Amino acid sequence: MSVTTFPSRGATLRQPGWLARLFDYKPFLIVMCLAPAIGLLLVFLTYPLGLGIWLAFTDTTIGQRGIYIGLENFQYLLKDPLWWNAVFYSIFYTAVATFGKFALGFWLALLLNNHFPFKSLIRAIVLLPWIVPTVLSALAFWWIYDPQFSIISYLLVDVLHLRDSNVDFLGSPWPARFSLIAANIWRGIPFVAISLLAGLQTISPSLYEAAMLDGATSWQRFRYITFPMMMPILAIVMTFSIIFTFTDFQLVYAITRGGPVNSTHLLATLAFQRGIAGGELGEGAAIAVSMIPFLVFATLFSYFGLARRKWQQGEAND
Amino acid sequence: MTDVAAQSNVASAAPDTMAWDSRARRVVMIYLPLACFILILLFPFYWMAITSFKPNAELLNYKEHNPFWITSPTLAHVKHLLFDTSYPRWLKTTMLVAIGSTFLSLFASTLAAYAIERLRFRGSPYVGLGIYLAYLVPPSILFIPLATVIVQFGLFDSPLALILVYPTFLVPFCTWLLIGYFKSIPYELEECALVDGATRLQILWRITLPLAVPGLISAGIFSFTLSWNEFIYALAFIQSGANKTVPVAILTELVTGDVYQWGALMAGSLLGSLPVALFYSLFVDYYVSSLTGAVKE
Repeated sequence: MSVTTFPSRGATLRQPGWLARLFDYKPFLIVMCLAPAIGLLLVFLTYPLGLGIWLAFTDTTIGQRGIYIGLENFQYLLKDPLWWNAVFYSIFYTAVATFGKFALGFWLALLLNNHFPFKSLIRAIVLLPWIVPTVLSALAFWWIYDPQFSIISYLLVDVLHLRDSNVDFLGSPWPARFSLIAANIWRGIPFVAISLLAGLQTISPSLYEAAMLDGATSWQRFRYITFPMMMPILAIVMTFSIIFTFTDFQLVYAITRGGPVNSTHLLATLAFQRGIAGGELGEGAAIAVSMIPFLVFATLFSYFGLARRKWQQGEAND
Repeated sequence: MTDVAAQSNVASAAPDTMAWDSRARRVVMIYLPLACFILILLFPFYWMAITSFKPNAELLNYKEHNPFWITSPTLAHVKHLLFDTSYPRWLKTTMLVAIGSTFLSLFASTLAAYAIERLRFRGSPYVGLGIYLAYLVPPSILFIPLATVIVQFGLFDSPLALILVYPTFLVPFCTWLLIGYFKSIPYELEECALVDGATRLQILWRITLPLAVPGLISAGIFSFTLSWNEFIYALAFIQSGANKTVPVAILTELVTGDVYQWGALMAGSLLGSLPVALFYSLFVDYYVSSLTGAVKE
């Protein structure tokens, strides 16, 4: 009796045991676990990235496979005033908007770091511009910047009597450039403020107490405690902000579409206009690829920010 | 005696003036700037909301009507949006895409984060770093080659293309968030389960995942928001009016001609923002923790 049941029991155990053991075999399990994520990223990120660089060296258009033409696209771009204009505005937009976002965002973070009633509610409200789809808030800005019915013009002309005529926000190059930057700063403040607030909350109050005992003024406390302690997180948040401001697309596309007279094109909107709307995939890809050196620079910046952070932590532990 | 009285008088007066001083200082230094910030950050939403319920007569006449208020609110713009355009259809597509890509990226990144953080193998930090670097590749440099890839796969103009493409920016983010959460779960729990004879997958399913639920919620709502808000891929890969997502459709289908229907446009923006805003109000703490957690990692 026991002799006959023993092997059959073993067989029933082995059947699930085999699969379970395969899934318990670590190398197999690792491959299985990484496969979906790595697969998605390889097919839809790494491959297109390489393909994009290849396309930049071809004369591909929509519906027609291109041939290799070497650096022709880039030579063309170097002679193209519109491309230079886009490079200029991308850098200008990134520099001014990043400065504005960080100055105002840091200020807001310092304000939020105080104690006051309804703190969590206010913190929640502050993050709202970042949560709402950018295109939809950009449409609201478009309406705010309307040449005829702008609410800002109404305030300035009819309520405060500071001006005689409506402000022409989007009709001429420089006002349009600054209007877009203002909208970008508005959208970017919450992210900066909430990230920096998290950094501020990790600074130990005992540092401030020690500094106050030593007679440091509030500016000195900010300059020699808050700022150095925030440096690592500032570096990371700033890298992200720079990368995503430089490659911004939605705001410009929604509000001006690069106009008036192509003065507000960023590299991304120019790439879209030439590549998708104009059908010149090769040239569009070349414009997109010309953003890469800048992004590499920003990523290296992030890396050294991180390295510095590790070094600081190491020192703190010793 | 009088000296002492005078002194006590001074002493009692001094804190009073100081308290007043610091309160005034507090108002000027904290509450006033804070109020300005909130006013400016919220104004576009107020303007969006008030425009969507204003009749056209009030909308375009600031002389007789105060633009900051509505005297006779109307639902005409919302009605026009819901019944004369394909807005409900766009909402449905957006919802489908957002939910689909959220689940796909949660599935992929949970497994990846578990493998990197808990199955530790040689080179696992490098895989983590590689996934992190993927987050730094912005969609603006990918959309042109991706469009050709999508055409090759025969997915052009299909919401499925968006469901498959959105994980490229969702997976890196979710993976890093979940690695952080898995780190906070004590290793001993898994060792106990291993000693008791549980398989690795049982451990993941029965022990690690239930403990990482807050992290999963954070990653989920974040993915949902990001895919709801995504614009450039949806603009480049979807052609037909019916398959567009809300942000793209409002900009390309509702902005027509020279006279913009500002009421309908703002109503569309308001309705399109509402789902994420609602979601946000329910899970504020998760948003804040995931945002700050991801930055700190």
